[in-house]
Amino acid sequence: MSARLPAVKKAGSQEVATIKNEDFVTATIAGQLFGIPVLQVQDVLGPQKITRIPLAPPEVAGSLNLRGRIVTAIDVRLRLGLPPRPADGKPVMSIVVDHKGELYSLMVDHVGEVLSLTSHDFERHPATMDQRWREISTGIYRLKETLLVVLDVSKLLNFANIEAA
Amino acid sequence: MDDLLSEFLTETNENLAVLDVELVKLEQNPNDPGLLSNIFRLVHTIKGTCGFLGLPRLESVAHAAENVLGKFRDGELHVSPYAVSLILESLDTIKGILSVLEQTEAEPPGNDQDLIDRLNAMAEGKELPRAGAAAAPAPVVATTDPDQLFEPVPAALTHTLAPVAQPEPKKEEPPPPPVPVATKPAASRDVAPVAEPTPPAEPAAPPPPPPPRAEGASNNEDVRGEGAKESALAQQTIRVHVDLLENLMTMVSELVLTRNQLLQILRSQKDSEFAAPLQRLNHVTSELQEGVMKTRMQPIGNAWAKLPRLVRDLSHELHKKIDLQMLGAETELDRQVLELIKDPLTHMVRNSGDHGLEIPAERIAAGKSETGRITLNAFHEGGHIIIEISDDGKGLPLSKIKSKIVQNGLASEAELAQMSDQQIQQFIFKPGFSTAAKVTSVSGRGVGMDVVKTNIEKIGGTIEMRSIEGRGTTFTIKIPLTLAIVSALIVECASERFAVPQISVVELVRAADDSEHKIERINGAPVLRLRNRLLPLVSLQRLLKLGSAQDDDKRETFIVVSQVGNYTFGIIVDRVFDTEEIVVKPVAPILRHIELFSGNTILGDGSVIMILDPNGIATASGNMATLQDTQVATQEAAKATRREDDKMALLLFSAGEGGPKAVPLSLVARLEDVDLNHVELSNGEPVVQYRGKLMPLVPIDPTWKIVRDKRQPVVVFADGERSMGLVVDEIVDIVEDKLAVELGTERPGFLGSAIIAGKATDVIDAGFYLTRAFKDWFGNAHEGFEDLRQHRVLLVDDSPFFRNLLTPLLTVSGYDVTAVESADEALALCESGEDFDVIVSDIEMPGMSGLDFAQAVRSSSRWASTPLVALSSHSTPRDLDRGREAGFNDYVAKFDREALLFTLQQTITEKGAA
Repeated sequence: MSARLPAVKKAGSQEVATIKNEDFVTATIAGQLFGIPVLQVQDVLGPQKITRIPLAPPEVAGSLNLRGRIVTAIDVRLRLGLPPRPADGKPVMSIVVDHKGELYSLMVDHVGEVLSLTSHDFERHPATMDQRWREISTGIYRLKETLLVVLDVSKLLNFANIEAA
Repeated sequence: MDDLLSEFLTETNENLAVLDVELVKLEQNPNDPGLLSNIFRLVHTIKGTCGFLGLPRLESVAHAAENVLGKFRDGELHVSPYAVSLILESLDTIKGILSVLEQTEAEPPGNDQDLIDRLNAMAEGKELPRAGAAAAPAPVVATTDPDQLFEPVPAALTHTLAPVAQPEPKKEEPPPPPVPVATKPAASRDVAPVAEPTPPAEPAAPPPPPPPRAEGASNNEDVRGEGAKESALAQQTIRVHVDLLENLMTMVSELVLTRNQLLQILRSQKDSEFAAPLQRLNHVTSELQEGVMKTRMQPIGNAWAKLPRLVRDLSHELHKKIDLQMLGAETELDRQVLELIKDPLTHMVRNSGDHGLEIPAERIAAGKSETGRITLNAFHEGGHIIIEISDDGKGLPLSKIKSKIVQNGLASEAELAQMSDQQIQQFIFKPGFSTAAKVTSVSGRGVGMDVVKTNIEKIGGTIEMRSIEGRGTTFTIKIPLTLAIVSALIVECASERFAVPQISVVELVRAADDSEHKIERINGAPVLRLRNRLLPLVSLQRLLKLGSAQDDDKRETFIVVSQVGNYTFGIIVDRVFDTEEIVVKPVAPILRHIELFSGNTILGDGSVIMILDPNGIATASGNMATLQDTQVATQEAAKATRREDDKMALLLFSAGEGGPKAVPLSLVARLEDVDLNHVELSNGEPVVQYRGKLMPLVPIDPTWKIVRDKRQPVVVFADGERSMGLVVDEIVDIVEDKLAVELGTERPGFLGSAIIAGKATDVIDAGFYLTRAFKDWFGNAHEGFEDLRQHRVLLVDDSPFFRNLLTPLLTVSGYDVTAVESADEALALCESGEDFDVIVSDIEMPGMSGLDFAQAVRSSSRWASTPLVALSSHSTPRDLDRGREAGFNDYVAKFDREALLFTLQQTITEKGAA
């Protein structure tokens, strides 16, 4: 319950402010479009040399060196409960986000453009959505062609929750 | 400039700056014994150092001043403004000489007889300050001007005198000669040269006291250097925001990576014009990196700074007598960690004082000394910093804890009955648990240990506790050194690379079916026979669940022998690479629960690598639990085995003609395989570059020739900075056997023959070859095998200068020197079980003085019979008596190198004879 609270508040405040634009970096994973608030994004990376970390949760793909800082790579596919990426030779792309001073690289299939979306198109996630997905997203934007799921970075990185769930 | 000299100058200038301030304080507060002894000690140090360096003029002034101060200290003289002025004058003279010394590296000619005479008169208690002062003015000139090297030039006199006069009205408002006071400053200030006649006119004025400040300003020529120095001293530290350093660190890391990439590119191109500048960039970057890394480290003593005061207040408040001992204050750790442990530490010391220690009456009843002791001890161990907080108080009261547990409903009586004492004690880490009978302002509210525990665990540390009722409690905090620089061994396992902190690596063993070391299994658990012991092994691959574990028997593997506490075990890895200096970075919070890693780092080639935590591995391999209980037992066992039958590990090898040869393994530093193409000739003798230094090679076989394109095994002996390689034909084995030389021999280089491993073996005399490489390896001729064991000397002196000076001196003379900076540290060595043949101690030291130290040593059981030599420049009969009373065997003048060596030799011989 408490997990949803901030989302409610946000929606409420946005209604009051009527039109408010927010920018998102978009990413595709298994055909689904996702958005990450642009202010949290540090970098977008191509394929990187990743060091595996033994004994780490499966979602942790490893760590990599981003200009002298160690970044933990998260395989978002596995985090979302999707099957591992098929080996189709397409380069992996990653979005580097800052969370509580630590850098995380979110591995996705493809990184798209930056979209500026209005709160008009925002909606809380539908009740039918997978529990796991609901936990890590704040809501949905209705785009013309498709739907964009907003990723909540802090919940995405909250691994304690998965273990509990 | 000579290193010694420049170090001396720095140290002395610092001391002088302190002295200026202290003397002024003394004048205001003449009865403060602490102040006096500090001043005395500083002057004494200056004097001692001058003597050692052969600076007679400085020494004589300092000596005279010290005499006067000595009388003050012993209460034979009263501190008077005149006396203080006189001392300050001597300091100024010393400063003058020093500044010349700094420029010319030699003492200026001249003498300070007048000043010394006045000081001596003072020391003899002649209550003739006036009379002394009457003669003073001329000496003032005489003493100061030679420093300026302008002796005959009157202008110089005025230069020195003007400043002397100038500050006078500021400080010395009611100086003895009242009349000239009004006129003189004006005269001297406005028309400096005219001041020349004034000094003789006002003889009684003790003008020199405050010149330090003024001197820099107006003593234009020679003192220019000094003025600069003073300001340089003040500016030696600046405050910088930590974020800035953090940023610098990141940028430097980036620079390093870029540099590495460039070097990589360069390697693929031959004859590039970038080669030279890149090389330079390489060096600069490395140095930059090193420098920036250092900025992050701080001694743990900074976190302790407030504790003495806290303990003092505590003891007043609680009416207990508490003695706080702090050991290892110089242990460096990352400043971030330092900040985070400050509060927990304070809390725990407070706890020890309040809960741990008893009130004096109780202590006496329990047969302990009235004063309770809290000891803080910090040191590095296995890539961690260990902080121990122990008290010799009443320990944790089990019965109280039990009733409290039941009272709070944390466990039932039945459950408690099942628990070990250790488990019950752990309850004090539960929230809201306090055994203090009443809540005091100090502690007892029960918001204690659980908070401490959480805070320490937050930074990835652990806290352990050991308590014996009636004997005291010891808390052991282990914190990782995040971001500290460590040297790490890079290993590979299942094609992943890992770093193992070098500090916990004891040795590396190659294990393969065809080699003498072979992994054997007991019910699946791998073990290795290593020098007649079974070494438990841990497969890293299995531990980390990497790849399939089936084929790990066949391949050639390496075993990293590690030590955690007293537990030695081997980690099986596939390959071993080089060692690298790494910066430990904490792992991401989501990975912190994995105990096997202490951090991660970026290697020189830019790849990220995990750092293995040997402690974690030991825990994971399930041996730590049993370890703690048996720790003491194993320690005892280890000691026992060492003495067992005098068996010793011997290195067997073959060289030249004849049978196998042997040398005690304890003398061998390393075994190397030298490529003979790298052997060069220096002075006609073969040498090889080894770890950045030249190592002489000495062949056992006199017919040995350097054959190019061959490799040759070399047995390396090392001592401090020097190493020497003994060229042999083949390393045969390491065996543990009794070394009993049965047939003596006259052959040089051989001690004789012994039966080792069932074969007649020549035991070589390592000392013979060592002296072949370095004539002075042992100061004197060695007589037989026993002398190979170097005599261990413990040097206790607070002055880093003296330690640096004496350590090499003694080492060259064949002693194994351990230098510590305080008596406390020395006693800590005693407690940790070190043994020395002789202890050399300074007398004047901050904290525990040499005399107290000697008493402590004599009353200790371990060192009670160790000869003690005092290092001091007091040589009056009374001082000697004092020293003897305290337990010193002998007295050596601090600056007499020859006498020191002679005394040491004699003391050791006497001890040997006894």
